[in-house]
Amino acid sequence: MSQFLEFTVLGLILGSVYAISATGLVVTYTTSGVFNFAHGAVGMIAAYGYWELVTHHVPGALAMVLVVLVAAPVFGVFIEWLLMRRLLGDTGERPVMVTLGLLAILIGLALVLFGENRGDTLSPLVNGTIRILGVGVTAQDLVIAGSAAAIAAALRVLFHSFRLGVALRAVVDDPELLATAGASPVAMSRTGWVLGSVLAALAGVLLAQQQQTSLDTYTLALLVVSGFAAAVFGRLRSVPLTYAGGLVLGLAVVYFGSYAQPHLGTLGPDLSAALPMIFLFAALIALPSVRLRAVGRLSTLRPPRVATGWESLIAAGAFCLVALACSMTLTGTVAGGTSSFGVILDHTMAYGIVGLSLVLLVGYAGQVSLCQFAFMGIGAFLMGKVAGGGSLLGLLLAAVVCAALGALIALPTVRLRGLYFTLATFAFADAAYTGIFPDTRVLGQGLNVGQIVLPGLSFGSNRAVFLLLAAAFVLTALLVLAIRRSLLGRRLVALQDSPAAYATVGLNAAFTKVAVFAIAAGLAGLAGALYGTAAGTVGTSDFDIFTGVVFVLFVVVWSVRTVSGAFLAALSFAVLTHVWTNGVGLFAGAGIVLVGWTPNGILGIGPLARLVPERWIGRRHRATGDAGSLVGVVDGREGEIRAAG
Amino acid sequence: MSGQRLPAAPPITVDGVRAGYGRIEVLHGIDLQVPAGSIFALLGPNGAGKSTLLKVIGGHVRATAGEVHLGDLPVGGRSVEHLARLGLCTVPEGRGVFPNLTVRENLRIWTYSARIPLGEVEERTYTAFHRLADRRQQAAGTLSGGEQQMLALSRALVSDPSVLLVDELSMGLAPLVVAELYEMVGELAARGMTVLLVEQFVTTALAVATRAAIMTNGRITAEGSPSEMAEAALSAYLAS
Ligand SMILES: Nc1ncnc2c1ncn2[C@@H]1O[C@H](COP(=O)(O)OP(=O)(O)OP(=O)(O)O)[C@@H](O)[C@H]1O
Ligand SMILES: [Mg+2]
Repeated sequence: MSQFLEFTVLGLILGSVYAISATGLVVTYTTSGVFNFAHGAVGMIAAYGYWELVTHHVPGALAMVLVVLVAAPVFGVFIEWLLMRRLLGDTGERPVMVTLGLLAILIGLALVLFGENRGDTLSPLVNGTIRILGVGVTAQDLVIAGSAAAIAAALRVLFHSFRLGVALRAVVDDPELLATAGASPVAMSRTGWVLGSVLAALAGVLLAQQQQTSLDTYTLALLVVSGFAAAVFGRLRSVPLTYAGGLVLGLAVVYFGSYAQPHLGTLGPDLSAALPMIFLFAALIALPSVRLRAVGRLSTLRPPRVATGWESLIAAGAFCLVALACSMTLTGTVAGGTSSFGVILDHTMAYGIVGLSLVLLVGYAGQVSLCQFAFMGIGAFLMGKVAGGGSLLGLLLAAVVCAALGALIALPTVRLRGLYFTLATFAFADAAYTGIFPDTRVLGQGLNVGQIVLPGLSFGSNRAVFLLLAAAFVLTALLVLAIRRSLLGRRLVALQDSPAAYATVGLNAAFTKVAVFAIAAGLAGLAGALYGTAAGTVGTSDFDIFTGVVFVLFVVVWSVRTVSGAFLAALSFAVLTHVWTNGVGLFAGAGIVLVGWTPNGILGIGPLARLVPERWIGRRHRATGDAGSLVGVVDGREGEIRAAG
Repeated sequence: MSGQRLPAAPPITVDGVRAGYGRIEVLHGIDLQVPAGSIFALLGPNGAGKSTLLKVIGGHVRATAGEVHLGDLPVGGRSVEHLARLGLCTVPEGRGVFPNLTVRENLRIWTYSARIPLGEVEERTYTAFHRLADRRQQAAGTLSGGEQQMLALSRALVSDPSVLLVDELSMGLAPLVVAELYEMVGELAARGMTVLLVEQFVTTALAVATRAAIMTNGRITAEGSPSEMAEAALSAYLAS
């Protein structure tokens, strides 16, 4: 019994940690309609700022005030002005991309300024231990539990009993009506981001103080991720439900770790790290209110013209010649080591295939998936394990098993609205990355994947492996283009234009989406297997969830709707990861901020679009031009007779 | 300047206003005098540009040429919320309430322009529209169309504006409800404000109006007393 009480206290404290970050997420979502993936990163920067101040002998309490009440509001005003104001009312995937870009920028900045790990812990604001129900609780834990409860209560009162809070909720629904009623939507939006930043900073500093380990950029930035489940439990709108969700989640994690995990023994990997994500996945599937809304989108985008079969074949042939020329420079075997140039070439091809899977998913189907790197990891794992590694069967299974797994994941989630679908893929990616890959029986620090050996044909040399990868890339590109030209492809485009209309016509939208997700997962699995055999040995860090997110940003920056976009994304990503690892996120984030406004990425920007033949890229349609023809028609037709009252 | 409210019931002067969306011009030079304290009905077929003109007057759409004055106050360059706080009340077409907020929370938002406490806002609203009293905790989006328009119109009721712009109050409503709503518009005007109505139901609008004009294709094609306009409206609709 006393043990149960102890676990309960520990669970409530952990739950408060989840709640404190989750309520911040809910505040931002409620006041801006944006799910802020960068929420934790703001907290991370705040924790570093606090650390800087304290090491320069600023007293803790003053440092706290400076960071949370001075710097954070300024930051909130700044990002609202720079980015978020433009996203008001946008229900597409742009808000997701912009906040992911912000996450990448902040992590990149922290890596450049503070490095990956400070090797230093933050001392808590308050010291000492108190015994509650026979459990020793640190004063810091109590501060966190108290803050979580106080914040939840204060926010509940603000949002329902104060005019400002009600207006903060209203601005998301209808900024124009709010202005008509005499309140400034911009001021509300700004206030919302200030409030969100303050909560993020407060959570960041408090949680960093509570961490027993030294300050770590990734750990801090992704701390909030465990709170996602609690936020979804509150439907991203309700602060009390989110708080309750956090507590329940904390209790579940502690109970599971204490009671269930020991019985599992060595049977399964350590699931307690992945539990919050499993919860998130379950919450997403279970909550009916987050289902797809039946609204069409007014598409001002003309999809890029699709290359014909002949055009793609000619391009593929040219690509093969270039690849062959590149391969001439490669010598040696995989086992003997690969030159930097060789690694870049291999990575370009493997990432290129992942990029193509994203073109299919994000570009054609409009589904933002953040778990392609997880499928890559699974593919590499299968390649390394099946038939002793390096077998053709492994390559095949990597694609097939990942496709099946993809279908399994897509079946319950495919009806979710855009953001929630993305969150579900994120949950899966995080569960795989933190819960499954680190197990030494899966990937651990390193898994020897092995090289493919066929009778009379060995893929042990660097040249042969690269050619294998290049061939796979070309075939995948042809496949993706063929899919675009097929019935399935046309269905996808129809689906993007209006899910509602598509459903009314009676086409099975869910089936189409599941099929696409499965194909994309299979391609990512294949890419992972190839990546593995080219690298020889792969570890968990090769399929880092954050790197996976940054890669998605790369593809979006270049152009997520074209094969050339996927290729250029893979190439620049492979080069940058070798030249300036810390700068990759920074680059991607800045790219999103700079060209994120052009829906077709860099390749969709006017002057560039004119340099490249139009058929290779999409060109942005001028919205006014569209409206022009529309107005003309309406004006010409004129009114109907409705004279009688 | 910003603290100063508009004088009660100022005239609205529209001077050679051109406006549109993007490169598309919708209003091709509008001249209109809405006399102080009048109820002015603006009629015209679909797509004529009536809502656009209200948006220009309300500060939502900038005029590319010409100017609008409320009394002596030029509208150009002022933000929507600033105009609202000065005493301009717009009841927009179709969506004048926040659907995800409760009735009471909508009324709380109304206090931004009302300058009276929430309690008084509630009292005035529920006295005028009894049906809203029982639904104060209901999400506005779940109200009937008529109830939503009552809630939207209650903003004019509680904020004592100098100028009231109303766009198609009757849209999709039963005649009985429309009559009730227009009765309220009449009462509001009697308190001393200039009212500009856009309406498709010609007879309903002309019954309350003191003056009227007809707009077709972004131009004012006729203006006069309600009885004169009844005839003109019919031919305008038939001609189009
Ligand atoms: N946001 C907009 N963007 C582009 N064009 C618009 C926009 N709003 C209106 N228009 C166009 O401007 C013209 C005038 O529209 P407006 O809404 O002013 O007409 P209206 O007279 O109010 O018609 P109705 O009686 O149908 O409400 C129409 O041709 C319409 O298509
Ligand atoms: Mg209109």
